[in-house]
Amino acid sequence: MKVLAAMSGGVDSAVAAALAVEAGHDVVGVHMALSRNRDQFRNGSRGCCSIEDAGDARRAADVLGIPYYVWDLSETFEETVVADFLSEYEAGRTPNPCVRCNEHIKFEALLDKATALGFDAVATGHYARIETREVTADTRGRVPGPAGAHAPDGPGASPALLVRELHRSPNTAKDQSYVLAVMGPERLARAMFPLGGFASKDEVRAEAAKRGLSVSAKPDSYDICFVADGDTRGFLRDRLGSRPGAVVDTDGEVVGEHDGAYAFTVGQRKGLGLGRPAGDGRARYVVDVQTSTNTVVVGPAELLSVNRIAGEKAIWFDGVLATTPGGSSSADSAVPTDAGGWFDAEVQVRAHGTPVPARVRALPASAGPVPAGTSSAATPSDAPRSAASPSDVPRSDALRSDDSPSGTPPSAAAPSAAAAAPGGAMEIELTGEPLRGVAAGQSIVAYRGTRVLGQATVAAAWRA
Amino acid sequence: MDVTASLTEPVTGHPDGPEPPPDAGAYLDHAATTPMTSAALAAFVEHARHTGNASSLHSAGRAARRTAEEAREIVAGALGARPSEIIFTASGTEADNLAIKGMFWGRRAEDRRRTRILVSAVEHHAVLDPAFWLAGHAGAQVVLLPVDTEGRLDLDALRAELAAHHAETALVSVMWANNEVGTVQPIHDVVRIARHHGIPVHVDAVQAVGQLPVDFTASGADAMTVSGHKLGGPAGVGALLARRDLPLDAVLHGGGQERGVRSGTLDVPAIASFAVAVRDAVARRESHAARVAALRDSLVAHVRDVVPDAMLCGPDPRTDPGGRLPGNAHFAFPGAEGDSLLYLLDSAGIQASTGSACQAGVPQPSHVLLAMGVPETAARGALRFSLGATSTPADVERLAAALPQVVERARAAGLVGGGHA
Repeated sequence: MKVLAAMSGGVDSAVAAALAVEAGHDVVGVHMALSRNRDQFRNGSRGCCSIEDAGDARRAADVLGIPYYVWDLSETFEETVVADFLSEYEAGRTPNPCVRCNEHIKFEALLDKATALGFDAVATGHYARIETREVTADTRGRVPGPAGAHAPDGPGASPALLVRELHRSPNTAKDQSYVLAVMGPERLARAMFPLGGFASKDEVRAEAAKRGLSVSAKPDSYDICFVADGDTRGFLRDRLGSRPGAVVDTDGEVVGEHDGAYAFTVGQRKGLGLGRPAGDGRARYVVDVQTSTNTVVVGPAELLSVNRIAGEKAIWFDGVLATTPGGSSSADSAVPTDAGGWFDAEVQVRAHGTPVPARVRALPASAGPVPAGTSSAATPSDAPRSAASPSDVPRSDALRSDDSPSGTPPSAAAPSAAAAAPGGAMEIELTGEPLRGVAAGQSIVAYRGTRVLGQATVAAAWRA
Repeated sequence: MDVTASLTEPVTGHPDGPEPPPDAGAYLDHAATTPMTSAALAAFVEHARHTGNASSLHSAGRAARRTAEEAREIVAGALGARPSEIIFTASGTEADNLAIKGMFWGRRAEDRRRTRILVSAVEHHAVLDPAFWLAGHAGAQVVLLPVDTEGRLDLDALRAELAAHHAETALVSVMWANNEVGTVQPIHDVVRIARHHGIPVHVDAVQAVGQLPVDFTASGADAMTVSGHKLGGPAGVGALLARRDLPLDAVLHGGGQERGVRSGTLDVPAIASFAVAVRDAVARRESHAARVAALRDSLVAHVRDVVPDAMLCGPDPRTDPGGRLPGNAHFAFPGAEGDSLLYLLDSAGIQASTGSACQAGVPQPSHVLLAMGVPETAARGALRFSLGATSTPADVERLAAALPQVVERARAAGLVGGGHA
């Protein structure tokens, strides 16, 4: 196969490219230039986009004996990832730029250009596995949905199908299936993750050293690549401007002031700048960020916990729903559901968060869940956003209080083939402990074991 | 040229001649660098065997000095200069830097008003960047002289600029022929106009020597840049030819070699090899130019035939045969990205160039094309094909066979990727 290896300059993508070469593929290395002004990007060990990183990628490609190109995707990156990052924060939501980068850059701009140029696949250094499963139409009894609406015609009526599944990496600390889920089945079909079988980063480093790749000891990158110094709040202030406003408690009493509501995260405890403690002496957290009035609402921790989540822009992998738009899945191989279309899964709301048990179902976009109310709560998240990986610490959030309050969960609707269409909804009921730190704008990923079933963007979360 | 050659692998033998371009491919990038001639390589290897610092007074030093001075005489003889006018440098870029900075400082030291640097808008970055550096660090004002749609200098703009500001002008720098689109500049007119006002002229002749008749004294220029690896010599050596009466300050200070304006121990093997290459390139120029021009004309015809909407950039050789370098062809393929074209051609075994500078590996729209009025969208899909001594009709045919699909595919990719299609 003709394979384009996306090479960031780090050890993971270098080893992924090496493994693709050794598997016999015709490999070309491509480094993506994502900023015109590369001084804005971090350099050395901390980022993924500096000139030094481009040089490291080129050196690795030379050692592997493969052609190497730099593709300028900076305009697309600015127009999608950075613009989304700013507009989401500005709207009081919590974006994950790594998810958006996978969605719009690596598995859209890069993948589509590669496909147009004649490449069969794009290989990256992500930690996730792709499994291909052959399914046959011989299990009539496992038809999902009410009344077996999508029953196959009978045993042997459908030809054998190959279903590509996205799975967690065995390296649980590095697993990136959460940020990859957004790519969906069509793009998964053109992706390769050569590091999928590696159980530890040390093994990857050893493979790099064995091949004489000088990046073998390069430190891992963290943080947001386009935030030059790790100061997310400063970046937002530079790009969005200072917008002073009030910090109020849940009774509406002004207890402090801020420099821009967009810079606050629901669940945030530190950096509130409140001069005096609450009357009852309890810790206060951000429980709501009202960008329409530029107001930050603070309150006690118990307001921050949810067990219902409504996801929008849902994506489902092949073999999950009874019918997919491409028709590449058949009912027999789908995940079994109950009469209401619910199936059991685990859901995860941040890159390295703990999956929690839930009931999940797909809904068509038109039957999208109704956002529910102010009683929402998310758990406290002590860490300020800028202190950790963006994929690790999304803004814990609850519903915007200006969304229509409604104590009732979304109306039930029977699943249908339309549920799999882009823009459908994902409805989630947590069946165990409530979740902490669920913010509008975050990605929510449904798993069954190691297998990724689908992904959606959190539209609303509440306590029912 | 062996793409697998690695310094970490043992050398298996001594080369006794230049490596031909990779036999699997068509090398159409001679303007980037061209193979060393056998004679130049032999001279390099021979003189690399000998120990001797040309500045030393003992016998080893004298032998090295003799070689360097013979080389100086050979270069001077081939280029119509006096030996004392040859200043050896480590590259064409270094010679350009020495000319721009050294002439600026030297001329301004004579008269503080002389702060203007006049350069054509299509100069190589080795001229433009030192000029703009002087603007940022030494109070210079850079005047970019416009060119026409074929990249030829607007002489009236030069006349007007000098008529208005000759007293404040430090120097004029115009290339003999453009490295991207091959346009030959009216150097003799430039020199005549500047001389009228007493302004010295630097000429970057890196692409011209060996392809066009170049005579330093006859040109009337005050300084001229030459590079080794564009004409069959090694990379890492070049020269600035400079009249003895030209005010020229040093850029590299140290041991006082090369008239005190370019300190540093002379690289005798490189200089010897360079001299042999210059001598031979000039001696063979006429037949070489006729041969590559015929190949180039064939290449242009083929490209126009297989990609009818390809835009030839620079003078059309059919109507203006002397207007561009004989080995140069340059096309814009609207709707295609340069990097896609390069990748697809490379996959097909054809090595070409966008001809313009990269920034961290990212091809930038060429300042030369933009100065010629080529729209930025078309400039993004520009390719230079440059022919040299080892080029054959088979190279041209290979390009013609591959190009239709390459352009079609690159255009398809341009529609989906990069966001600036």
